[in-house]
Parts: sequence; structure tokens; C-alpha cells
Amino acid sequence: MFTEHIGLKQISGSLIALDGVKDASYEEVVRLRLLDGTTRTGRVIALSGERVVVQVFEGTAGLSLEDTRTLFTARPMELTLAPEMMGRVFSGAGQPRDGLGEIYSSARRDINGSPINPVSREYPRNFIQTGISTIDAMSTLIRGQKLPIFSGAGMRHNEMAAQIVRQARLSSPNGEDEKFAVVFAAMGVKNDVADYFRRSFEASGVLQRVVMFLNLSNDPILERILTPRMALTAAEYLAFDLGMHILVVMTDMTAYAEACREFSSSNGEIPSRRGFPGYLYSDLASLYERAGMIKGKPGSVTQIPILTMPNDDITHPVPDLTGYITEGQIVLDRALDAVGVYPPVSVLPSLSRLMKDGIGEGMTREDHAAVSNQLFAACAKVQDARSLASVIGEDELSETDRQYLAFGKAFEQRFIHQGENENRSLEQTLTLAWELLAMLPKSELDRIDDELIARYYPAAH
Amino acid sequence: MTGKVIYGINGPVVTVQGTDGFFMQEMVYVGHDRLVGEVIGIEEGVTTIQVYEVTTGLKPGEPVSPAGNPLALTLGPGILGNIFDGIERPLPALEEHFGPFIAKGSAVSSLNSEKTWPVTVTVAVGDALSPGQIYATCPETPAIEHRFMVPPGISGRVTKAAANGDYRLTDRIVTLTTDRGEEIPLTLCQFWPIRQPRPAARRLPIEKPLITGQRVIDTLFPIAKGGAAAIPGGFGTGKTMTQHQLAKWSDADIIVYVGCGERGNEMTQVLDEFGGLVDPRTGKQLRDRTVLIANTSNMPVAAREASIYTGITLAEYYRDMGYDVAMMADSTSRWAEALREMSGRLEEMPGEEGYPAYLPSRLSAFYERTGNFETLCGKKGSITVIGAVSPQGSDFSEPVTQNTKRFTRCFWALDKSLAYARHYPAINWMDSYSEYDGELSYWYNSTVDSSFMRLRGELLHLLREENELMEIVKLIGADVLPEHQKLTLETARVIRLGFLQQNAYHKEDTYVPLPKQFGMMRVILHLHAEAKRVTEAGLPLHRLTETGIFDRLVGMKNTIANDDTAAFDRLEQEIDETVNAVLKKG
Repeated sequence: MFTEHIGLKQISGSLIALDGVKDASYEEVVRLRLLDGTTRTGRVIALSGERVVVQVFEGTAGLSLEDTRTLFTARPMELTLAPEMMGRVFSGAGQPRDGLGEIYSSARRDINGSPINPVSREYPRNFIQTGISTIDAMSTLIRGQKLPIFSGAGMRHNEMAAQIVRQARLSSPNGEDEKFAVVFAAMGVKNDVADYFRRSFEASGVLQRVVMFLNLSNDPILERILTPRMALTAAEYLAFDLGMHILVVMTDMTAYAEACREFSSSNGEIPSRRGFPGYLYSDLASLYERAGMIKGKPGSVTQIPILTMPNDDITHPVPDLTGYITEGQIVLDRALDAVGVYPPVSVLPSLSRLMKDGIGEGMTREDHAAVSNQLFAACAKVQDARSLASVIGEDELSETDRQYLAFGKAFEQRFIHQGENENRSLEQTLTLAWELLAMLPKSELDRIDDELIARYYPAAH
Repeated sequence: MTGKVIYGINGPVVTVQGTDGFFMQEMVYVGHDRLVGEVIGIEEGVTTIQVYEVTTGLKPGEPVSPAGNPLALTLGPGILGNIFDGIERPLPALEEHFGPFIAKGSAVSSLNSEKTWPVTVTVAVGDALSPGQIYATCPETPAIEHRFMVPPGISGRVTKAAANGDYRLTDRIVTLTTDRGEEIPLTLCQFWPIRQPRPAARRLPIEKPLITGQRVIDTLFPIAKGGAAAIPGGFGTGKTMTQHQLAKWSDADIIVYVGCGERGNEMTQVLDEFGGLVDPRTGKQLRDRTVLIANTSNMPVAAREASIYTGITLAEYYRDMGYDVAMMADSTSRWAEALREMSGRLEEMPGEEGYPAYLPSRLSAFYERTGNFETLCGKKGSITVIGAVSPQGSDFSEPVTQNTKRFTRCFWALDKSLAYARHYPAINWMDSYSEYDGELSYWYNSTVDSSFMRLRGELLHLLREENELMEIVKLIGADVLPEHQKLTLETARVIRLGFLQQNAYHKEDTYVPLPKQFGMMRVILHLHAEAKRVTEAGLPLHRLTETGIFDRLVGMKNTIANDDTAAFDRLEQEIDETVNAVLKKG
């Protein structure tokens, strides 16, 4: 039963209020018809007796109190789901934007999803080789993980994400390639960026396995809030209904959070840190927690959200709250980027929480964990040596500190730095790590067992 | 109850016109789906309800029915080994009924009412029972005996008592007749409102430490049984990892682990790991003494607020049986944020950083539920709480960290730079403290070794000295320091790498008993004292470091078995010989 109401009571910012509405439900979707015949979409965000407050996604410009017709659909925000979604491009509100027509299917799902019961989760343990040394060796990506990239404006995070998508695909064990798909959500990014990803998917031949949800920087703010939910609903469908391994790339989470802030302040909510709404943590969690694997189901959802840290500040609420929810982070560094190191991964603050259970004997290589720990410890020492050198000069440093400086330089140039199309196997990465560690005296390798040192320490030294 | 219907809906907050028949903190069922909620405000003509589930699809006009009792937990056998959400709904049962996703309105009973328990009745007809007295027991798990207690506020004489045998949760075991002639049936379960502390006879002074097997905690910053500790740290510093280690290895009888607004995968990991782990002291599965409360970050926010109270109420129930209970709350910041979110929805006047003004009083009321107690039945029980704090932007001056610091006496500050260097546990030894050291010094000196606290003082002193020297080293390098200061740096290095760093994934190092902790400390300080003879003789320190003796001590956590205390005597001897050899060579 659809009821249509004519006229509004009040318009304020992106919100409209109606009186005398019976039978409206919380978070129900409404369609507005304007006098000129165009339609808009909104959602019920507060109810008080017969008074209903609706948030209009496309904004209220052009709306009038008298002539707007409001249709209550009695359904929450939903997305139509079908295997044919792959290769298609949708708007942030889930409407096709590639001109290829609607998706028809009986499968429709609430875009807010439902939390996965922790008891039903499968603890992620399968290593995904990305071919990027810093990630594979030191912040390993695991299938079902949420591992964000913390970047800053102007750094090459998009190239890096595209490279991960390109290379991670190939390493699927036992020829599972068929079961692989990418869901791409663009929130408030420029058209060029969205286009870069599209071309990059095309060039690597995965375009037919990509579902894109685009909310560009000039698209409605409120649709931006829906975009990741649409994308994740599609991802969950492909993963848990169709049994595919899904990589979800979401960019830019900062723009998403800013949309939440804009919406919140227009609602007159009490702001918390830096004006962001107090529920930003819960809100981000409702997105990030939709990654994972479920017992007894073959598929998985792996998330790579990208966010730009305003002023490269990692304590800004968006990276900060994200870091508390996600299972690690890959942090990019402006200084490395400036000297042309690609990908400019700052290894010390980067971390993968699920790494410990997905590497080692039987999964990657027996020395993986020890080598990774040693690299981290060595990088910390390099930092100390550098700050000391900046005070007393390199010549005054002890022999060991000088060796660390040399190691640090080689580490950046040979280990971190790699080509945009260079796909290093884990074997290559670890061999390279040993080569670099051999620049240090053996006594400095205090995180590696003597047995492993005997087995892997390069013979030439 | 008729006529009560929803009037307004705003997120998890629902209002009802009219106040008749509601009381504060009463449990209510909201809507056709019967979502669980709680009355949080009664004002002129309007009752405000917070709903513990997603309110999408709810409509004004749907019925609201008061339950007639406050939001209460079912307490009885079947709690241990189980995993619940924030309002005590068992997650395995939810999975069985509703599949892998948690849908709203999923009603299942908290404890299995079909299962039978082998009950031993410990009272006879004619016995007078007062509140808290035990009338029956049953083995709840192989590790823990469940003791059935007369609920607080009830007393009388036993007029009927069942024979020993197998009973279900709601079977009548004992009938009490009160002075007024009222008959009260006692079953295998009772109910208790989560926001109200359970009574105990009296508080007892602190006397014992909670042994965790983690060197930096047990030796340097010990926590008492009945104490409260805070672990603040930015993301990636290892809060959860530390909490997991404590849940696994601390010597409490019962562990209540509350995952409050944290990651789903982490709870899964706890479930996976605890199933297979064996308690080093009892030889029983760790899972048998553990109860998990999981309210992950994407579950409804109101239930997150309740989950901390659910946890502490369960802890109090087992304390009343006479057990030492340790509760891990990960993370109390998420709980505070839930308070803030609800407060915002209620349009209350915000305090600091948008948190409600009652944040400090809520925190203090929560931490006051810890302590060492004599229970109503005359046994000794304790509740220790270890609360993780996730400060925004790793800034310890934010309200939750600061207020928590006021109400806990143990502070384990996690440090980002230590975590970056993969020094775990990343507990910063300069910023952390334990106020329990005074009260516990008698225990350490009399139980472990009479010199324990003195050596601990020396260890801390060396670390402090190193910290000061590092300021100089940062400016001019280590080479120019006099030899005795170089020795301080070298010993401090051994302490940091060999003692403070502890590998949670190493089978010996993950849990280290106190005698070994003491042995390690003793040997390190012995080396320091002996090495002084080298520097005092005017010899350069590197003569001694060249022998590799310092590195041997760094490695002793892995090379010496946990129960091999004699190895430390041998090591001391070796140190003496090495030093003498160096001195002899000159």
C-alpha cells in the first residue's frame, strides 16, 4: 500500500518535514515528485507521532512546500542484486549510470546489512600475495581482512591500490581466478581518479569482474553516505551468496566522513572532535566490519579502504578511528614520496594485525615472521641513527650506526622502491630482505634464531 | 498491558506518550518484533526508551509492553564457556536459530533450560538460610564448581529439599519458608538487574597479586587481586594482545572477557584460541573458566553500553561463590562513546569533548565494583578489572583516559614508538605505574624471595638512569660516555631486550612463572654488579661485552626452561668466571 502526500510542512537544509503521515516507518525510503516531474529520493530519519522528518539525498533546492508530492515506499533503502552487476557502473544511490539499463532481480537487500555473528566468523588466515615487498613481507594482506591505506593528498595511493588489485588476483591458489571480483566504491573523488581506476581495471583485463559505485566530488553529499553501503551490500551478495572472493576498494573515506559531518551538522547534532558526529566510530565500524569470512561459506570480503589524512595528520579523527577498527594500516610517507620512492610505504607505523596467523611454515616461509621482525627493529634503529647523525654528523657515528645508515638507504631504494608493474614473489622479497640484512653485523640480528640465520644468511658475506 | 504505543523514533531512542505503568530502568519490549529496550527517562507525559536493537522499520503506533522488571541477567550454570552479546543473548544459539547474521528481534533464552545438571543439595529440611548462603552445587565445567546461592534479600527455613540428582534450570531444588510464612522456591537460576551491584558482606584489604606470567607486569607494575588497571594505547600498540595474554594466563579462577565495540575477528580469534588452550595450573581447558561478552563495533550501540554492566554483574555472581574473578574490558572508550552517542540522542548538555557530564561518575561507579570481598556466604572472592582505553589520536589527556586514571591504581601505558620497534608488550616503563606495589611487597618478599622488592627497585632505577643518559646520547653519541655509564646503558639494554620484551608466540616465553622472573632479574643485576668491577679496575667495558655474556643474558628467556631455576645459579657462576677471566687478562 503506497500513500502519496501532497505538500510539505517545513524545509530546512536537506531535511523536510511532513505532518499528518500515518504508517511511516523508521528509515523508510520516500520518493518525492516535484512540480516539473523530476523525482528525488529521501529517507525517514525521525518520527514523532504523525510528524515525519525526511532527509533528501539530492538536496532540497527547487522544492516548494505546496507542490511536492511525497510517496512512502514502506521499504528501507535497498539494492537490487544479480550476478549481472559485474562489469556495470552505478551511482552512489545504486542507480545505473552507464546507460545500460536497470538490473532486474528478485534479490533485494537492505543496504545497512546485518552484523555477522562473531561465532559464525571464520578467522582469516589465508595469505594474499600482493607482489609489493613492503606489504607481503611486513604488513601481510590476509583474505577477509580490512587493511586501509593511509595516504595524503598528492601521494600515489591510487596507483598502489590499482597495483594491489592487479597483482593480488594472480596469486589465488589452485586456479580460483574465476571466483574473483572487485567492488569499487568512489566517494567524493574526482572524475579523473574514477577514470584512472576504470582504465587500470580495463588494462589488466578485470573490468568485466568489477562492480563500480561512483559518487564523484560534485555528486550529492547524502548519496556519498549511501555509496559504501551499496558497495558492501553488493560485495556481501557476491561473496556469501555466489561464493566469490571479493576485494573491495573504497576511496576516499575522508570524503565520506566529511559527508557524514555535513549531514550531522545540518541536523543540528552535537559535534564531537573536529566537528565530526559523536557516532562516527560506530558509523565507520558499520562499514569496515562488513569484511570477513563466514564458516561454511566459500567466499570472502577483503577491504582496502583508502583515506587521505588532512595535513598528513595521523591523529585526525578519520585515520584515528579507522585505525581502531581496521586490522592494521598501510601508511604512506610524504618524505619518501618526495624522493621518488614508490610505493612510499612508511614501514614503521604500518601494520597488519592478522599477519601473525597467516605466515610462517606451511603458509609462507618459516623465516617470514623473524625476518619481518628484524626488518622492523632495524628500521627503528635506522631512525635513531639518522637523528643522531643529524646532530653530531655522520663521521662521528659508531661503526654499527654507520652500517645502519647504509642499510636504511639500501632498504628504501631496493626494498621499498619497486616498479608499478613489478610483481615480486614472496620468495624474491624474502631473499632481498636477507641480502639487505646481511649489510648488518650478524650480532645485530637479535630477532632471528641462530638456526634460521645459518640457513638463510647469504653465503657471500 | 494495553494502549501503550510508540510515538516518536530517533535512532535507538523511542518515546511513548504517557508514563503510567513504567518505572525507570524497566525492561520493555518495543514493536511487533518485540525488540528489547530499557526505560531511561520518564518526564511529563513522555517515557523515553533506549532500544538495544536496530530500529529500522519501526512505526509509530506499534505496541510497547513493559516487562515489569528491570533489565536483568539470568544467572545460573551454563554461563562459563559461553559467548553472549551485550544483553546476555547467547551467540551460538542465535547462530543456530537465525544463521550467520544477527537479525533484529532474535529472541532466545540466555541459558539453556533443557540441559540437566548433576546437582548436589547441601542443605536439609529445617536449616535456616540467609541471603548468599549456598544450598546446592554442581560441576559447571570440569574446572569450576557452580554454587547455588540464596538470592540477596531472601531468607528463611528450608521446608522442602530435593534429593541429589539431575535437574533443569528452572526445577525447584529447595523451598524456603520465610518468617511470615511465605514459601519461596529456589531453582538453579536467579535474576539480577545489571546496573545494581550485588551485595557482599564486607570489603577486605588487598593482599595478593594477580599473577599474569608477563614479566613487565608481575615484576615491575603488579596488579592486585581485587584491583583495577587501565591499559591506554593508540591503535596498533597491542591493547588487545595484552588483554588476550592476561585472559589466557592470569591466575584468576574465572575470566570475564568483554569485547565492547571492538572487532568481530578478534572475538572469533579468542573463541578459536581458548578452545584449544590448556590452563598451566589446572590442566583444564581455558575455555572452561571463561565467559565472553561480544558486542562488536557494528552491533547496536545501546547494547554496547549495557555490555560492560553485563560483564561485571556476571563477575560479581561468581565472586559471590568465592572465586577470584578477572574481567577484561576491551575497550572502555567504546563504552564511553556509546554513552556519548546516547546522550546526544537525548539532547543532553554535553561536557568535555561532547561526552556527557556524568562520564566520571559512571566510570567511578563501574570501577568501584572491583575489590577483594568477604562474600555473603563467608567466603573470599575478588574482582579485578583490566580496562583498555583507546585514546583519540593517542592523546592521553582526553577525558576517558584521564578519568580512568583517577579510578584505577595501576596504569600500563602503551607506547607507539615501542610498538613500532616491535618491542612487545609495548608497556612504557617510564610512564606506567602501579600503586599496589606497597601493599603487595610483603607478599612478594615472603612468597618469592626476600630480596624481590629491593631488586625490583634496582631494576627500575637502572631503567630511569638509562632514560636520563639517553638524553645525552641523543646529543653527543654513546662513545664519549665514561665506562660506568656505558655499563648502565648495556645493562639497561639487557633489561629491555632480555627481560621486558616478551614473545607471546613463543611457547616458553608466553607465560613465565614468578621464580623464573625473579631468577632473570637476579642474574641481570648480578652481572651489572660484577661488571662494575671491570670498569672500576679501569678496563674498557668492551672487554667484557666481547665475551658475549650480555647477549647470553638477553637470550636466557628462550634458552632457560620455565621450571629450571637451577640454571640461574649456573649462570651466576659463569658470570663470575667470565669477569674474573677479563680482570685477570687485564
